Amino acid sequence: MFKILSKSEVVPNVHKLVLKAPDVAEKAKPGQFIILMIDEKGERLPFTLSDWDVKEGTITIFFLEVGLSTMELVRFKGDELFAVIGPLGKPTPIKRFGTVVIGGGCYGIGGIYPIVKAMKKAGNKVITIIEARSSYLIYNEEELRKVSDKLIISTSDGTKGERGKVHDVAKNMIKQGEKIDQAYFIGCLFMMMNCFNTTRTSDITTFVGLNPIMVDGTGMCGCCRCSVDGKTKFACVDGPIFEAKEVDWDQLFKRNASYSQQEAMIYQFHSCESEEV
Amino acid sequence: MDAKSKIKIPRQKMPEQNPKARAKNFMEVPLGYTPKQAQLEAQRCLSCKKPRCLEGCPVGVKIPEFLKLVVDGDFAAAARKIKETNALPAVCGRVCPQESQCEAKCVLGIKGSPVAVGRLERFVADYERDKKIIELPKKQPSNKKKVAVIGSGPSGLTVAGDLIKLGYDVTIFEALHKPGGVLIYGIPEFRLPKAIVEAEVDYLVKQGVNLELNKVIGASRSVEDLMKKDDYDAVYIGVGAGLPTFMRIEGENLSNVYSANEYLTRINLMKAYLYPQHYTPIALGKHVTVVGGGNVTMDSARCALRTGAESVTVVYRRAREQMPARAEEVHHAEEEGIIFKLLNNPVELIGDERGTVKEMKCIKMKLGEPDDSGRRRPVPIEGSEYVLKTDLVIMGIGAGANPLLTSTLPKLELNKWGYIVADENGKTSMKGVWAGGDIVTGSATVILAMGAGKCAARAIDEYIKSKK
Repeated sequence: MFKILSKSEVVPNVHKLVLKAPDVAEKAKPGQFIILMIDEKGERLPFTLSDWDVKEGTITIFFLEVGLSTMELVRFKGDELFAVIGPLGKPTPIKRFGTVVIGGGCYGIGGIYPIVKAMKKAGNKVITIIEARSSYLIYNEEELRKVSDKLIISTSDGTKGERGKVHDVAKNMIKQGEKIDQAYFIGCLFMMMNCFNTTRTSDITTFVGLNPIMVDGTGMCGCCRCSVDGKTKFACVDGPIFEAKEVDWDQLFKRNASYSQQEAMIYQFHSCESEEV
Repeated sequence: MDAKSKIKIPRQKMPEQNPKARAKNFMEVPLGYTPKQAQLEAQRCLSCKKPRCLEGCPVGVKIPEFLKLVVDGDFAAAARKIKETNALPAVCGRVCPQESQCEAKCVLGIKGSPVAVGRLERFVADYERDKKIIELPKKQPSNKKKVAVIGSGPSGLTVAGDLIKLGYDVTIFEALHKPGGVLIYGIPEFRLPKAIVEAEVDYLVKQGVNLELNKVIGASRSVEDLMKKDDYDAVYIGVGAGLPTFMRIEGENLSNVYSANEYLTRINLMKAYLYPQHYTPIALGKHVTVVGGGNVTMDSARCALRTGAESVTVVYRRAREQMPARAEEVHHAEEEGIIFKLLNNPVELIGDERGTVKEMKCIKMKLGEPDDSGRRRPVPIEGSEYVLKTDLVIMGIGAGANPLLTSTLPKLELNKWGYIVADENGKTSMKGVWAGGDIVTGSATVILAMGAGKCAARAIDEYIKSKK
C-alpha cells in the first residue's frame, strides 16, 4: 500500500498530493509519470510527476478534478492508495542547450517543475511562463521562481502579470528578439497546441507533454496512441514528452473525448448521490 | 473392466451454459463434470503400457496415474498427482489445447474419441479447491538462495512453483496491480474465472513465494538492481508478448478502435463491463467488428457480445482451416451467434465527424501459394472492396515483444523481432538471466510458456548449485 502523506487543494480545483513511494522517488526523472489507483475498482490514472525526494522516499503530483475518478480521489478519506506504479515514460533529455523556455498551465504548472529545476541545474538560462484564467488560480509561484532565471506569470483577465496566455508571452518574446534554443510545454491539449504553433513558426525545438487516455501505462494496450511526426506513437512508453515537429492535435482531442458522454452522465449522478452522505 | 467394455463407453460431454443465456453473461461457459461423469470418463483410459499421452504434455503431467486415481474416486489425490509437475491444473484444464497435445496422442483417438484429459484435469483441480482440501507440497529446507521472477504469467508462476519446492527464496515482480499476467488481463472470465487464477496464485503464496505487485522491472527497479543491490542469484524473465499490433491502415487511430489487448484489459482486468461500479469505462458497440483469427479474436468477439452488441462479426483474411483459434472456441463463438467473414481483410477504417469509427472498408481474399508458415497465403481479389457498417473495431491480429524491460538491458541478445534469444533451457546471453514464454517464442500458448518455465527452473537450480 502507498501512504498518502498530504492532500490539499492549493487553488480552486487544483489538488496537491504527496505520497510515500520510495521506489518511484529513487528512479524518477524529469518528464516521467506515475499510474495511481485509489482502490481495486478504480481506474488506472496517469499523473505527471511534479516533484520527489529520494531521501524521504516521497513523490508529489498535482491534479484537477475533471471526472468521476479524480472526484473520488479528491473525496478519498483513506490514508493509503491501492496502487502507485512508476516512474513510467521516457525521461526528458536534460543538457545545456542555452536559453530554455518552459511553459505550464493547469496541472502543468506543477508538472513543469522537475524540468525547470533540472534545466537550471544543467546551466541553462531558464525562462518559465505559467498561465491561469485569473490571479487566484496561480500556484507554485515561489517554488518555480527559485529554480528559474525568470518567471513570467500570465492571466487571461490580466489580474496578475501579463494579460494573456503562455503562447502570447512566448510570441512577444520571439518578437522582441529573445533567442530561444528549446521550448517545453505542459498543460491541457489546447494550451500545448497554441504554444507549439507559436514556437514552430520560429523553428524552435519544442517538446510537449501529451496526455492521452491510458490504461496500463507500460506499452501493453495501445490506448494512448497518438500521431507524432506522421507516426503512431504510444505516449506511455515513447513519450509522454515528445519532440514535436508535427502532432495530430485533432485526433488527440477526439480520442480524449471517447468516453466523455458516458462519463458526464455518471459524473452528474455520482456527484448528486455523494452529497447525501 | 476389460478393454472392450472400456471402448464402448462414450466420451462424456461436459454440460455447458445454453448459448442464448451465456451470450448475455460473463459466467463460465462449460460447467464441469459431475463426479460420476468424471469416473466414467476416466474409466475409458486403456492404461497403455507405453502411454503416448505423456509425450504430448509440455509439463509432463502423469496422466495415466492421475486418471487411475479418478477411477478409484480419490479425486484429491488425483489433483495432487497432477500438481507434482503442474502448478496450475485448474487453469490448464480450461485453456490448454489438449486436442493438439495429450489428447491428440491418445490411442482411443485413432478410431474414436480420446480420453477427455483436459476436462478431468479441470474436474479434479476444481474438486480439491471447492472442497477446500488443498494441501501444500513438501518443500526442501531453505537454501538461502534468491531468485527473481519478472512477470506473473503462466511461465513465471511455473518457475516460482518449481523453485519454491526446491528451497529457494522466490520473489515474483508484477507490473500490474493483480497477478496472473495474460490469465488475468487477457483470458475472459467466461473461459477462465478470475477466482481460479487467484486460487492458483494463492497456492504459490502459501508455499512462501513473495509477490511484489506494481513493480515494473526496467522502470521501478532494474535487473542490475535485482542482481547487485538486492542480491538475487538468478533472474527469470517471463514478461510475455505484451505489445499490441496494428494493421497500419488508414483510420486505425479513430475513437472506438481498440487493440484486443486494450479491449480485453479493460474488460478482464479493469472489469469495465461493470462500469460504473468499477470506474474504467468501455465503448459499447452495437455492431462490433473483430479482426483476426486466433483465440484472442474469439475472446474479444465474445466479450463484445456480452457487453450488449447486437451483432459481432469476425473478419479474417484466411480460411476457416487456417484459423489459429482452438476449434472449441470457434465453435462456442458460432453457437453464440458471432458472424464469420472469412477470406476478408480490412483496408481502411472510416470515421464520422466526431472521429468515431463508422465503417470498415474490406477487400475479399483468395488463397494463393503457401507462405513461410506453410499456410496458403491470402491474396486480395482486385476490385472486390465493399463497406461494412460498424461502430466498434477490435484489432486481434497478434502481439509483439514489449521493449520496456529488454531496452534497459543492452547486453541481452534479442532477435530481429525484439524477442529474447534463449537456449532450450531458457539461458540468455546475460549471466544469471533466464527467459521463457512468449517473450522468447512470440505469442504461443499458456502450456508452452509453462513448459519453458519448467525447463528454466531446472536449469536455474543447476546453475545456482554449481556456482558455489
